[in-house]
Amino acid sequence: MTESSRSPVVLWLSSRYENIELAMAALEEVSRNSGIENDMEHWIGMALREAVANAIKHGNRQDPEKRVMVSFDVKGDDITIRVGDEGPGFDSGSVADPLAPENQLRPSGRGIFYMKTFMDLVTFQNGDGGGGTIVTMTKNFKNKKP
Amino acid sequence: MNKNVTVRDAGDVKVLDLKGKITIGAGDLHMREAIHQTLAGGAKKILINMKEVTTIDSTGVGELVGCYTTATNKGAKLRLANLPEKINDVLTVTQLITVFDVYTSEAEALEGF
Repeated sequence: MTESSRSPVVLWLSSRYENIELAMAALEEVSRNSGIENDMEHWIGMALREAVANAIKHGNRQDPEKRVMVSFDVKGDDITIRVGDEGPGFDSGSVADPLAPENQLRPSGRGIFYMKTFMDLVTFQNGDGGGGTIVTMTKNFKNKKP
Repeated sequence: MNKNVTVRDAGDVKVLDLKGKITIGAGDLHMREAIHQTLAGGAKKILINMKEVTTIDSTGVGELVGCYTTATNKGAKLRLANLPEKINDVLTVTQLITVFDVYTSEAEALEGF
């Protein structure tokens, strides 16, 4: 068997910004165990940071009683990260293009763009009954920097 | 002042040395407060030295954009210098690198400010 595959790593975090660093520490550990190089880990981490920050801020509205789920799953040369919240759901189609001239000087609205830039595939799924959002991000970590 | 930002003078230019993470909940507000305080003190030339910034996220980038707009609206100039490669990349992909006044070194940024 040449393809590496491990059980997913799953974290449950309360909705506090400082817990983003716990997710980053988990990524560091997963990267070390999976042979993900430092530069690649940095860009995956950038996407992870954005996804967890969105879950805390926009999903769970910083309610520390609500949790953020983060999972890491490595299969072969692909890492898949899922970030879920307990918020009201999210319409990813409603996000404005941060590269449009009229949006360039807006102070917000770049997080999802960064996630899509630094990962190969990013999808959003609303939970049952429309509650909660799960963002799934996949990256082939043997590819070079985006 | 706080651990993420220190302010010093270089002639009539206020130099803000940023350090560490400029990310949500960890440095973003410190940076904004420091720049706004500097503007409130009457500074018209502000140089942000990013040499020791390790990570910036979309919130940090947004704060930079907001501070740039605030400075411009107050008739002040804001320049960036010493961007680490990855910070430069983050600003490049959103095309903000062309919006900001970016210099490769502090000396270059101070020249003709």
